[in-house]
Amino acid sequence: MIVLIDYGVGNLFSLTSSFRAIGQDVKVTGDPEELKRADKIILPGVGAFRDAAALLRERNLDTAVKQAVKAGTPLLGICLGMQLLFDKSYEYGEYEGLGLIPGAVRPIRDVIPQDLKVPHIGWNPLIMKKESPIFKYVHDGDCVYFVHSYYAADCEEAVTAAAEYGAELTAAVQKDLVFGCQFHPEKSGEIGLRMLRAFCEF
Amino acid sequence: MITKRIIPCLDVRDGRVVKGVNFAGLNDVASPVELAAYYSANGADELVFYDITASAEGRALFTDILRETAGKVFIPLTVGGGINEVSDFDRVLKCGADKVSVNSGAIRNPKLVGEAAKRYGDQCVVLSVDVKRVDGVFRVFAKGGRENTGMEAISWIRSCVEDGAGEIVVNSIDTDGVKQGFDLEMLEKVCDAVSVPVIASGGAGKISDFITLFRTLPKVDAGLAASIFHFGEVRIPDLKQAMKDAGIPARTAV
Repeated sequence: MIVLIDYGVGNLFSLTSSFRAIGQDVKVTGDPEELKRADKIILPGVGAFRDAAALLRERNLDTAVKQAVKAGTPLLGICLGMQLLFDKSYEYGEYEGLGLIPGAVRPIRDVIPQDLKVPHIGWNPLIMKKESPIFKYVHDGDCVYFVHSYYAADCEEAVTAAAEYGAELTAAVQKDLVFGCQFHPEKSGEIGLRMLRAFCEF
Repeated sequence: MITKRIIPCLDVRDGRVVKGVNFAGLNDVASPVELAAYYSANGADELVFYDITASAEGRALFTDILRETAGKVFIPLTVGGGINEVSDFDRVLKCGADKVSVNSGAIRNPKLVGEAAKRYGDQCVVLSVDVKRVDGVFRVFAKGGRENTGMEAISWIRSCVEDGAGEIVVNSIDTDGVKQGFDLEMLEKVCDAVSVPVIASGGAGKISDFITLFRTLPKVDAGLAASIFHFGEVRIPDLKQAMKDAGIPARTAV
């Protein structure tokens, strides 16, 4: 069973539709107990890091996610869900993340030329950095859809793909069984569905 | 590098896709769900669903169709038409829309853009504006292009961006339906005035119109059109290939 964590951050309609499109059943739940029984876990998220991290903590989902990872359950964080995998974020302050991948989330504005707009929004080709099981059916140069104002930094060892936007921004990461993508696979057409399929098959 | 977006626009009334020429004389074209899935699979970068229904029954039908479409289409989906209050944002976002486009609603309620941007984020709020030259001045038109508001377009767009509009769709009434190319003069003025993405609408008739648009105005982020795509006069895969050949960053379908 694949569990999609519902912790009150954002709309899960598109993600659940994507899994339906690839013929994969998912259980949408906010119950930490369900994570123990999961074969794989998806951590979605949109909005502000601070609020999302607080919601995970309030519902004891932070501990449940960490325990599941320790027990060998593959985890995929999507967009803000990926950012939450890191040690901390500097979005409007300094906030602690799940600490599953070493690194920090920093403002895009600090690393790109002034004439480029923030958020980084739109279709951007992936620059593959390392092999990763989630990219089994995805290739260098395939375009995926991004919407974000912060990016994962200080995590070079974990970066599996990047996107060029005045600087190379982290697009996807992996550390052992913990995966993350900054882009939205549920909005990235066939390429996004392929990535989700590869994660399900992994 | 971010690719230039190609966006088919589906005007939906009573559950069907229609397209007006100069906003009058609508023809039925196809099922919105089928057409959206076709575009999604054939390289469209985003879709705009425009609800031109007047009745409450039609609005409810539109919402159902939107939900059905969003369940089958895995590219960004923007919804416009009948967006007058923040609760309308909520209604369409819950049905799977990613962005919401406001036009007459923003003219009637000057606080709408700001309130929606605060609640859903700037990237979610698209200002769509119908513009026409009147005695040499760009004026904002309301009610589907029928009513001159008397407002000067560039200052209106600039004030909406200050309030939080994250993207601007500029629809030139002067070139809409004429198929002789985008309104480059109008678009350049808008690009110079704002730093958010600008989407060109109105006037595309052939592939070279898009090439001219992106070459002449590199600050334009996207081109939007309707009937030329619906009737197959321009095939999106051909358009994307032509853009690539011309050195314009474009995403091709897989």
